[in-house]
Amino acid sequence: MITEHIGLQEISGSLIVLDGVQGAAYEEVVRLHLQNGEQRTGRVIALDGQRAVIQVFEGTAGIALEGTRVIFEAHPVEITLAPEMMGRVFSGAGVPRDGLGEIYSAARRDVNGSPINPVSREYPRNFIQTGISTIDGMSTLIRGQKLPIFSGAGMKHNELAAQIVRQAKIRAADGDGQDFAVVFAAMGVKNDVADYFRRSFEASGVLQRVVMFLNLSNDPIIERILTPRMALTAAEYLAFDLGMHILVVMTDMTAYAEACREFSSSNGEIPGRRGFPGYLYSDLASLYERAGMIKGKPGSVTQIPILTMPNDDITHPVPDLTGYITEGQIVLDRALDAVGVYPPVSVLPSLSRLMKDGIGEGMTRADHAPVSHQLFAACAKVQDARALASVIGEDELSPTDKLYLQFGQAFEERFVRQSENENRSIEQTLDLGWQLLSILPRSELDRISPALLDEHYGK
Amino acid sequence: MNGKVINGINGPVVTVRETEGFFMQEMVYVGNQRLVGEVIGIRDGVTTIQVYEVTTGLKVGEPVFPAGNPLALTLGPGILGNIFDGIERPLPEIEAQCGPFVAKGATVPSLNEQKKWDVTLTVQPGDRLEQGQIYATCPETPAIVHKLMVPPGVSGTVQTVVPNGAYALKDTVATLRTDAGQTVPLTLCQYWPIRQPRPGKARLPIEEPLITGQRNIDTMFPVAKGGAAAIPGGFGTGKTMTQHQLAKWSDADVIIYVGCGERGNEMTQVLDEFGGLIDPRTGNQLRDRTVLIANTSNMPVAAREASIYTGITLAEYYRDMGYDVAMMADSTSRWAEALREISGRLEEMPAEEGFPAYLPSRLSAFYERTGHYETLSGKRGSVTVIGAVSPQGSDFSEPVTQNTKRFTRCFWALDKALAYARHYPAINWMESYSEYDTALSHWYNTNVDSSFMRCRGELMSILREESSLMEIVKLIGADVLPDHQKLTLEIARVIRVGFLQQDAYSKQDTYAPLQKQFRMMKTILYLYQAAQSVTQAEIPLSRLLETGIFEKLIAMKNDIVGDKTAPFDALEQEIDRTVNAVLKKV
Repeated sequence: MITEHIGLQEISGSLIVLDGVQGAAYEEVVRLHLQNGEQRTGRVIALDGQRAVIQVFEGTAGIALEGTRVIFEAHPVEITLAPEMMGRVFSGAGVPRDGLGEIYSAARRDVNGSPINPVSREYPRNFIQTGISTIDGMSTLIRGQKLPIFSGAGMKHNELAAQIVRQAKIRAADGDGQDFAVVFAAMGVKNDVADYFRRSFEASGVLQRVVMFLNLSNDPIIERILTPRMALTAAEYLAFDLGMHILVVMTDMTAYAEACREFSSSNGEIPGRRGFPGYLYSDLASLYERAGMIKGKPGSVTQIPILTMPNDDITHPVPDLTGYITEGQIVLDRALDAVGVYPPVSVLPSLSRLMKDGIGEGMTRADHAPVSHQLFAACAKVQDARALASVIGEDELSPTDKLYLQFGQAFEERFVRQSENENRSIEQTLDLGWQLLSILPRSELDRISPALLDEHYGK
Repeated sequence: MNGKVINGINGPVVTVRETEGFFMQEMVYVGNQRLVGEVIGIRDGVTTIQVYEVTTGLKVGEPVFPAGNPLALTLGPGILGNIFDGIERPLPEIEAQCGPFVAKGATVPSLNEQKKWDVTLTVQPGDRLEQGQIYATCPETPAIVHKLMVPPGVSGTVQTVVPNGAYALKDTVATLRTDAGQTVPLTLCQYWPIRQPRPGKARLPIEEPLITGQRNIDTMFPVAKGGAAAIPGGFGTGKTMTQHQLAKWSDADVIIYVGCGERGNEMTQVLDEFGGLIDPRTGNQLRDRTVLIANTSNMPVAAREASIYTGITLAEYYRDMGYDVAMMADSTSRWAEALREISGRLEEMPAEEGFPAYLPSRLSAFYERTGHYETLSGKRGSVTVIGAVSPQGSDFSEPVTQNTKRFTRCFWALDKALAYARHYPAINWMESYSEYDTALSHWYNTNVDSSFMRCRGELMSILREESSLMEIVKLIGADVLPDHQKLTLEIARVIRVGFLQQDAYSKQDTYAPLQKQFRMMKTILYLYQAAQSVTQAEIPLSRLLETGIFEKLIAMKNDIVGDKTAPFDALEQEIDRTVNAVLKKV
């Protein structure tokens, strides 16, 4: 039942309070009509007797207590879904912003979605080749995975994400074909960034297969809380109703979490770490967990969230909680970026939890796992050798440590560094790995079986 | 507004302006969809309820129905091999009812009520039955015989029994006449409130380790059957992997795996993997002894709080049958965060980092439900809990880690640096400890080898020495050390890579029998001793290193299969030959 109220009780931050409300439902959508004719959208976030607290997505600037009409719409926040969404641009609240008119469809869904039953999930195993050595070789992306990029302000995370979108392809027998699409959600990023992605999609000819949800840095902040939910609902629809393989790029999750914090503090909630709400983990999980595959359905949702770590601090609540939820992370490194290595992936803290079941014989190559383990172990030794060299000088190092320094140099120059258009196959990546490992004496390679060493070492 | 109707809604917390007819921790059904909830506060004329499902769409004025009993589990055959949500609703049934996405308000019975079990009665009319005594058994899975016990608090004389045969969950198989003259029907199931510990007859001292086949744990930091261990670690350090390994290989009879606020794909992986794996000791499928409780991170937060209690109640139930039960809780931090979230919604005064002041008491009450018991039926059973902790920012000084440390006696600290170097399991040998080692040393010395604990002590002291030597090496490099210290470093490397590192994906290495663990340890120490004769003879250590004998020891974890001892004897002879050759060459 749609009901209407005139006049408000209280306005505080992004919240308004109404009294005398009857029959309102928790999380119901409301439409606000201001006296000047402007319309805004809100959501019921708490009910207490006849009092309703409403969160206004566009902010409360210009709202007066008197004369504001509030209409309860009798449904939660929803989005209209149709195949025609592809190629379109929406606001963070799901309103078309490309001037091409509304989407009409009978399919409307609650943007909060429902959790996938663990029993119904299909465990992801299909290797996605991104053509980037550090990712394919050492932190492999798997279809249905959520693999965030941990970056910092000014590093080349956007370029990396765009390159992944351009080059990503499935190598399994079922092929990639036409059933591939991208959902892009921008939260609090600059107009330039959104435009960079649009141009990059256009240049690679996928623009007609991209759905964009843009909440830019000058758009309403509370609307940012809706943006990823809109995008993920669209992604789930395309994946599980239409059977497509969806890559979701969400940037910047830090801006999203800050919007949550802003809302939480205006709601008078008890803050957790660094002022972020205590439920930030559950809230982020309700987004990230919407990646995956479902048994008996052809589609999949793969997520690449991007977040900027304030002050490059990986223990900041946003990267920290994200790391606990996502299935690994790609961490970018300021020092590599400073010396001009692209992509500046720091391999040691990077990880893909689903890698182990998606690589090896029949999927990539039999030597993939041992080579990547050995590369990790060697990179850890490089760090030790460098630390030692900075104390006693390079000349004083043992011959083995000197070889490790040489390996470290070559690893960054030849394995990590590649151009934005360079698309390496997994075989090329692994062969490159072997070339680098051959710099080291054979006795140092304790993670690889003698049979594999005989086959590849020094060749 | 009057009567038992919703007055306020804030996230998972619902209030009712009526206190009559409610009691604390009572189960309630909320709203027209009858969402399951629990009373968590009665104050100032207001009853506060936490709802175990999503409250979106709930309206003020919708009715609330008290159930008249606390939130309780149905305990009976059909638990093993199943996967439940946080309040014991079977997820496969929910899938059948509402498809791949979990909808709210699903009403499914906890256990299959149609399935017939092959019941054998063990009592006759006229027998006296005390609380907790067994009146019938039925094979639940090929691995576990389910024992039907008189519910705690009930006793009397058996009046009637049915003949042995196939019965369903709610069929009466016997009746009991209590001393008060009441007749109590005994079925295949009973109910127990999740927040109340099930009674046992007596607590027994700790005497046996939980054997896990993981060298880092069994040899270095053992946990006792009936003990509690904590695994804290930042993300990516391998908490879940360690929990999976323990669930697969530990020698408990029943495994309860609680996925509390963790990833959906991980639960799917456990489901997939355990279905196909065979228990090396019994030859049965691992699934037959395992129960999964899944409340993934995007499922309702209040049910996450309950899932830990659901798990431990199931564990106690199987303990009462006389089984050794191990419960893996991954992760208790998510449970603590659920407490914090609910506490915040109740506007309680926060203590450290926003956690409620009762966090330590809840944690201790939970860990106290572990133990080695003489059950009411006179059997011996135990509940072991292994709780993962996910400290924020990998900072072990945060409240959940610190309080968990107080209530568990075994601490396996996972180390980011080790994980970065892909040294798994990344259990840091300097920071971890087990307080059970003295209590268990007798068991190891009599059941494995009389020198077991001595060898372990030597291994530890080599590692400690390495750690202090590494301080010097970091400053001036390893080259300047005298040969006998270099030898310590080399042996420590063999211990780290060859002993502590264990590959969960290697067929030979994923499970190491105790005898093999002991012989590996002894062989490493044998090499240490033999090599000391080389350094004492002032022969450069590099001569010995060149022979590749150290590498051979590192490889023994994969080269030597099972718990055969002959290959170790051969290896020791080879050490002798190699060392003698080096000594003679000069």
